[in-house]
Amino acid sequence: MTPPPASHDSYGALHDAHYDSEGDQPLVRPYAMTGGRTRPRYQLAIEALVSTTADPAHLATLLPEHQRICHLCREVKSVAEVSALLQMPLGVARILVADLAEAGMVAIHQPGNGEAGGTPDVTLLERVLSGLRKL
Amino acid sequence: MVAGGFGVGKTTFVGAVSEINPLRTEAVMTSASAGIDDLTHTGDKTTTTVAMDFGRITLDQDLILYLFGTPGQDRFWFMWDDLVRGAIGAVVLVDTRRLADCFPAVDYFENSGLPFVIALNGFDGHQPYTPDEVREALQIGPDTPIITTDARHRGDAKSALITLVEHALMARLK
Ligand SMILES: Nc1nc2c(ncn2[C@@H]2O[C@H](COP(=O)(O)OP(=O)(O)O)[C@@H](O)[C@H]2O)c(=O)[nH]1
Ligand SMILES: [Mg+2]
Repeated sequence: MTPPPASHDSYGALHDAHYDSEGDQPLVRPYAMTGGRTRPRYQLAIEALVSTTADPAHLATLLPEHQRICHLCREVKSVAEVSALLQMPLGVARILVADLAEAGMVAIHQPGNGEAGGTPDVTLLERVLSGLRKL
Repeated sequence: MVAGGFGVGKTTFVGAVSEINPLRTEAVMTSASAGIDDLTHTGDKTTTTVAMDFGRITLDQDLILYLFGTPGQDRFWFMWDDLVRGAIGAVVLVDTRRLADCFPAVDYFENSGLPFVIALNGFDGHQPYTPDEVREALQIGPDTPIITTDARHRGDAKSALITLVEHALMARLK
């Protein structure tokens, strides 16, 4: 149960910009903007959301498993989905996603300001409730 | 979390409300074998794979609810401990013909303090016991909702989830 912050939109914008620019304009690589982020101190929550921030042109330099995760997470996915869809054990998915986060290739969204699996607060519960009622 | 004994309808429940077909993730548990201090046998490890089904519901543009069907066996508590941290709560599915199957889950959630609701999954449309009879039999406090459900039906699964989140909200506001 994880709400990604609004910065998810900026990923979409960057992504579109890349394809629109046809490479004639040098773009700031997203990883440079988040550069030097350290490995998360926390263990990634199984429901933590992952979205790719890496410049597609940069992906070729990554290990194949890292590339597959970056491709998959162009649409936001949980760590659980990374594990299931790429058929790797949960623990392996966690490590690979943490590697990518450290390198600034993916953004992680989990509630509780980075504390893995903080208890959902009242505002979040209210949003979930109204979301369920609208289904 | 969606919990309960083997074959009680956890995966069915998840599939009924999920926007994707339930996916399966596997966790590998490794533990060193008995002869751990014998260096010639350091390679000896027993590994157990725990499979867990889950689904997702996009509730809003930036809000996704994940439903995890927890592996039923008691020895996989480590998996539950992992899930319980970020969880809103649990739906404990109960087949009243096999009431004892839900004891471990009920004990676990009572101890962990995670809000939970009991959902009686009426196989073949039968609900042989009333919620009150089940409350009595399970010694469940009056605050914990007990509802009837059909895990195969989206509307039923959805209202079980609504009952759970309302209950979790009440617990937080207390
Ligand atoms: N008749 C009936 N069958 C159900 C119901 N819920 C689940 N089942 C069936 O019971 C079997 C076990 O369900 P499953 O979801 O795999 O149980 P799990 O082990 O808890 O995940 C499956 O064959 C389901 O189709 C129900 O409400 N009514
Ligand atoms: Mg199942």
